[in-house]
Amino acid sequence: MKLLLGIGGSDDSMRALERAVDRAVETGDDLTVAILRNPATNADPAEIEDRVRAVLDDAGMEATIRHLEGDPGSRLVELAEGEGFDRIVLGGGETSPMGKIKLGSIAEFVLLNSHVSVTLVR
Amino acid sequence: MTDDRAYPDEPAGPFPEPPTTLTDREERPITVRRYDETLDREALEAMYNAFDPADRAQGIPPTGEKRIADWLDTITGEETVNVVANHDNAVVGHATLVPDGEVTAELAIFVLQDYQGAGIGTTLLETLLGAGKKTGIERVWLTVERWNDPAISLYEKVGFAPSDTESFEHEMTIKLA
Repeated sequence: MKLLLGIGGSDDSMRALERAVDRAVETGDDLTVAILRNPATNADPAEIEDRVRAVLDDAGMEATIRHLEGDPGSRLVELAEGEGFDRIVLGGGETSPMGKIKLGSIAEFVLLNSHVSVTLVR
Repeated sequence: MTDDRAYPDEPAGPFPEPPTTLTDREERPITVRRYDETLDREALEAMYNAFDPADRAQGIPPTGEKRIADWLDTITGEETVNVVANHDNAVVGHATLVPDGEVTAELAIFVLQDYQGAGIGTTLLETLLGAGKKTGIERVWLTVERWNDPAISLYEKVGFAPSDTESFEHEMTIKLA
């Protein structure tokens, strides 16, 4: 399966990365990591890339790393649909102090717009 | 934690402090008072074990005894403010403030299905806000699923105003002081 993981530096996106890598090691899925500009985190893309490489190295896995400029949700869906990905993988949201799950804005957009299946990692 | 939410200019209230009593629309006598770990923990767990999962919101209350117990440990922990609605010896409603800043807290409220639509929620909410103000909480926020009109009406009735309606969950805020 050809997986596209979107990551913008939020905690839930980092968890999604770790889980997707663990799973891809088992299944042999072909993983592409797309580094996004998440306005909610303002994370430095180069720093995100360093963290992604560290997780991949730990797992002894290879993956393609891409950088997506501009609106994160729409660029991710465009890439997934245009290049024949089977699935988009994203962080499944943050949890409030109360324990309420709150979806991120990228996940909202992707869920409502993607024709490719979407996995939210909890 | 910084709080960048928009709050109303004017404080709402005044709100009653616990204990409060009411007779609900089914003529049941209800008492709303501060949650007491020793007295109420078992009855509160029983309420959530009986809670209809169809009324869950954004993943809470969780399901299963273990998850419910862990969640209750968090939301009744230090610095939190909790009130319960009692009928006979059962807990039939529960409202909680969980701080996420010095004077800021997130709110949630649950009423057991057989007791919904009977006027308990309003008293429970107002009494919680009264208890919260007394312990020094000045700003309260919550999220509610945007299609949950009964809940949104209840929050508006006690003085909450929408602060972010852009996403799946509607965010509302109120100022106590």
